Amino acid sequence: MSMTGQLFGGSVSRRDFIKTCVAATAVMGLPFGLASKVAAAAQAPDRPPVIWLHFQECTGCSETLLRANHPTPATLLLDMISLDYHETLMAGSGHQAEKSLHDSMQANHGKYILIVEGAIPTKEHGIYCKVGGKTALESLRSAAAGAAAIISIGTCASFGGIQAAAPNPTGAVGVRDIIKDKPIINIPGCPPSPYNLLSTVLYYLTFKKLPELDQMGRPKFAYGRRIHEHCERRPHFDAGRFAKAYGHTTHAEGYCLYKLGCKGPATYANCSVQRFNDVGVWPVSVGHPCIGCTEPDIMFNMTIADKVQIHEPTPFDSYAPVDLREKGTGASPLTTGLLGLAAGAALGAGAMMARKLPDGEQSAEQTEEESHGRKE
Amino acid sequence: MTRTRGINRMSHDEFQVHRAKILTPSFWVLLTLTLIGFALIAVRFIWGIGAVSNMNDGYPWGIWITYDVATGTAIACGGYAVAILVYIRNKMHYHPLIRSAVLTSLFGYGLAGLSVMVDVGRPWNAYNFFIPSQWQINSAMFEVALCVMAYTTVLAIEFLPAVLSRLQQTNWNSARAFLDKHHGRFGLDTEIILAKFEKLRQWALWVQPKLDKVLIFIIVLGITLPTMHQSSLGSLMLIASTKLHPLWHTGFLPLLFLINCLFIGYSIAILESIISSYAFKRPFESEQLTGLASITPYLTTIWLSVMVGDLIWRGQLGNALSLDFYSGFFLLEFGLVASGSIILLFRRNRQSMRWLFVTAVLIVLGGALYRFNVYLIGFNPGQGWRYFPSLAELMITVGIVAFEILAYKVLVKLFPVLPRLHGHEEPTAVKA
Repeated sequence: MSMTGQLFGGSVSRRDFIKTCVAATAVMGLPFGLASKVAAAAQAPDRPPVIWLHFQECTGCSETLLRANHPTPATLLLDMISLDYHETLMAGSGHQAEKSLHDSMQANHGKYILIVEGAIPTKEHGIYCKVGGKTALESLRSAAAGAAAIISIGTCASFGGIQAAAPNPTGAVGVRDIIKDKPIINIPGCPPSPYNLLSTVLYYLTFKKLPELDQMGRPKFAYGRRIHEHCERRPHFDAGRFAKAYGHTTHAEGYCLYKLGCKGPATYANCSVQRFNDVGVWPVSVGHPCIGCTEPDIMFNMTIADKVQIHEPTPFDSYAPVDLREKGTGASPLTTGLLGLAAGAALGAGAMMARKLPDGEQSAEQTEEESHGRKE
Repeated sequence: MTRTRGINRMSHDEFQVHRAKILTPSFWVLLTLTLIGFALIAVRFIWGIGAVSNMNDGYPWGIWITYDVATGTAIACGGYAVAILVYIRNKMHYHPLIRSAVLTSLFGYGLAGLSVMVDVGRPWNAYNFFIPSQWQINSAMFEVALCVMAYTTVLAIEFLPAVLSRLQQTNWNSARAFLDKHHGRFGLDTEIILAKFEKLRQWALWVQPKLDKVLIFIIVLGITLPTMHQSSLGSLMLIASTKLHPLWHTGFLPLLFLINCLFIGYSIAILESIISSYAFKRPFESEQLTGLASITPYLTTIWLSVMVGDLIWRGQLGNALSLDFYSGFFLLEFGLVASGSIILLFRRNRQSMRWLFVTAVLIVLGGALYRFNVYLIGFNPGQGWRYFPSLAELMITVGIVAFEILAYKVLVKLFPVLPRLHGHEEPTAVKA
């Protein structure tokens, strides 16, 4: 592939295409054999229409998709969908752009996928973000009305992100706080891995349904585990070897970054497995603690140096069940028999005693009479 | 003797020695069970834990921790629950119940400590517990151990006034008779020994007013410590997130354990009072028991609400109603506590000794089953592990419980523990 091809994602070789499909299949946690099904779906002629809206954001999510060293995911994604409206990518502008948005929404009503990038300001009727004279709030509502599903890409669209950080002057919120009647998939991250978007779209195209989501609306295949669970520095954590300061020997040795404020133990994402830029790097691999960008309560709510509470300090000590034989001694007939007898006797004695106890209201004299009576 | 200050200044009016025969048939039955239990404990220490127990690598905690420690200390919370009522809520008319409650608590906790010593794999390392530099202060288990030990001491001190007042009043008749009978044998000199007894009596007279002055601090400690470690007993299982069934594994475990020990505490105080009144043929403490029984429904309502709210919040309600093995035990535990509480909501039932007894049994069983569910029944380490206590293991627990009842029965006949009977002569005096 030529340099130009690489930079602008002009063409994708069959080899790169299959490699990316296999990677996306792996990200989804699907068996290897399904890669061909995924590849077939990616090549299907009926390309789903996609409308991509930008609100309060930095376009970092679009950038991370487009500027991957190997442009395959972006090319693949843009090839298999019909991107009808994307403010920073489309050639048209002004009324022409608005028209294409309008046309697509009408022509594909109820069928298109809406991808939202950026938070939506709500204070003072949302005047803090306007495109083409319409507030973000209005644009989102009208676009969402005809959408088959909504993907919130990035932490801003998912949870509000940096705009929503205190004191949140514009009243910024995520898509799920406004749109309640549509399936919403959150792909948080700052920025999220492009593979998570690619895999989500591919999953939808392959199986014609949404992937399984967690309580925060994130696909479980990508956000099902804490990054701590698959971190390459985890052995240092388990052994109690921690980097003490940036640049310190312990930092240079590659020790665990927890004490520098790594949010890995509380952050659900696949960064430690999927990594970034197609060359296997991610923040922790280059010595920076995880900042918890996929979690609404961590990034912009805790400082980078703050340590998260660890609820399960010991390693997960269960292994794949290789040996399924019954182990340990179960109940023996003698024990259960005696136990049953004892329990029965106790129950019987209790019942007998309950029978003998006086029912009804007791005056002091009655009680005494009865107690005297029993003495005789 | 008149004392002008101190919490137990009324104790001579409030408590009395139960004058009855000590060596009853039930005494011998309980003694036999106790001896079997302690013989098996000896076997455990000589041939190791595997000789008596079915515990394994999957289930390192068996019936000893589940019953003797986790459940036994809750059942021993009568002292805690009544102390809150008397000293925090200042309901002094419940004071007559406190000594017997404290006594059962003392045994419950002391023997929970003993059970831990039987249970730990390497008891010879236990001395480290007394060396502060060896402490692991972040451990919930350490907190439980420290509190159980401290609370046992506190309970012993709380019970001390009963022993002291007995020492002051006794005239050592039995001892005198014994010494006269064996005069000259074993090189015992009656007079010297009696003089020593007299010294002990003097010491008791001297120490009691001083103890009375500090007793309130001891009592405050006695209320603080169970609050701390009963919640920690719940915290212990927080770590088992992959092993404990989601019906029971929740961040609210500490709170649930704390409330649980309170309503078990009040119910066990009712049970204990009814059973000892019945067994010792004394009139029932109707008024106090009705009062205690009106507290439990509040506590169980809070407890059940937290539990159900938490299940809804965690999306486990369907699981709870799925009628599988775990759901069955959950519903049983829930049903026992709920039915006991509902019966108690009616004023008429609260005044009936029969219903008080039945509801207290239901609530104690339900509350105890909750602890069994958390520690044993809902616990599955996976990989095919299974556990059911062996007969020997059960007999050790039975022996410890039998010892508890035995010692209670003997001590109420030696020391002023039970409430004084008013308005008529004491039950037939036999021999102290």
